[in-house]
Amino acid sequence: MLIPLSKPGTTTDIKTGKWKTHRPTVDPKLCTKCAICQNFCPEGIMGTPREIPVIDYDYCKGCSMCMVECPFKAITMVAEKQEL
Amino acid sequence: MSQQSEMHLFAPGHSGCPGCAPSTVLIHVVDTLGKDIIVVNATGCMEITSSQYPHSAWRVPYIHSLFENAPAVASGISAALKAKGNHHTKVVVIAGDGSTYDIAFGSLSGMLERGDDVIYCCYDNELYANTGVQKSGATPIGAATTTSQAGKVHHGKEKERKPIVEIAAAHNIPYAASASIAFVADFQAKLKKAAQISGSKFITVNAPCALGAGFDGSISMKVARLAVQSRMWFLFEYENGFFKLNFNPKVAKPVAEYMQLQKRFRHLTPEEIEKIQKLCDHHYIEMLERQKASDAKKIVFDAVTQPPSTPPASPSAPAAPKT
Repeated sequence: MLIPLSKPGTTTDIKTGKWKTHRPTVDPKLCTKCAICQNFCPEGIMGTPREIPVIDYDYCKGCSMCMVECPFKAITMVAEKQEL
Repeated sequence: MSQQSEMHLFAPGHSGCPGCAPSTVLIHVVDTLGKDIIVVNATGCMEITSSQYPHSAWRVPYIHSLFENAPAVASGISAALKAKGNHHTKVVVIAGDGSTYDIAFGSLSGMLERGDDVIYCCYDNELYANTGVQKSGATPIGAATTTSQAGKVHHGKEKERKPIVEIAAAHNIPYAASASIAFVADFQAKLKKAAQISGSKFITVNAPCALGAGFDGSISMKVARLAVQSRMWFLFEYENGFFKLNFNPKVAKPVAEYMQLQKRFRHLTPEEIEKIQKLCDHHYIEMLERQKASDAKKIVFDAVTQPPSTPPASPSAPAAPKT
């Protein structure tokens, strides 16, 4: 029987990481663990606040918000390799 | 599944646009209020993107009914919880500005008037983004949308936005506040304060829409911050009838700096921008006056309600010696 039911947190099945053209990369030398990027990330996938961000690229849509907001320029956007 | 994707009560993988500021609002709302909540979602962008069948981004109890009845549904849930003797679970309404300012305005007013124990959180992206960028009651003056076009006759929206926080506060509710997603600590503090109070609470959060306003998703927070810094949006709260302006820098940024980032304002002439600048300054003076009036009111209120700790010695004290 088919039950019309959406289970909690199941959007994690959708890998929105495929959307991005550039991926954010964190330079741990410049990062001061200020948690600004982690507070602003619309996906909430930048890891625990007050730790060096560990980004889950499966869901990162590549919006570059973290790069723009980082006051220490610790995040750079690197072009994704095109998969054929 | 990675640890990062399990962290928040609002899961990643939802279909919000890259750089969607309202998604950040949802993460902060559910994370700050915790697991013991029931979310009532009105129709809008965040309902569409977070609950696409058969998926759901929510890790908390969630109900969506219609565009116009989210406050009414929340009232019912709140009453049911009360009847069952549950005094800890909080009911949270999450609605967009289209629902709050326009479509569900009547049922919101009813909910605030009845004083149901609900936290109402409106993410204000200033237009109907989900249906294709139409003008809403929250659209600022001068902004072009598909229903307030910029052309030869009309130059964007001609009227100012509704003062929704003042309208909500006029219902004599214990807490009404205005916040911005660029000021996260302030927003979280307001949510925590609302969670402590019983009765109807109303918070509206400015979270600009990258798609509707016409800017790149990467600068969403910059635009939200500039809106506050240029006095297009104010951070304030009404607590038990007392007003407090939360962000009051001495020097404001020019409105033109906020407007030049967005496509929806690009048709405006320098004279029109000057006119909007004057309106913003006018609102700022209004806010300062409101603060002054509230401070004066508080002094009188404290004097009337709080009995003095040491009673002043009166000349006709009963301890006077008999002659």
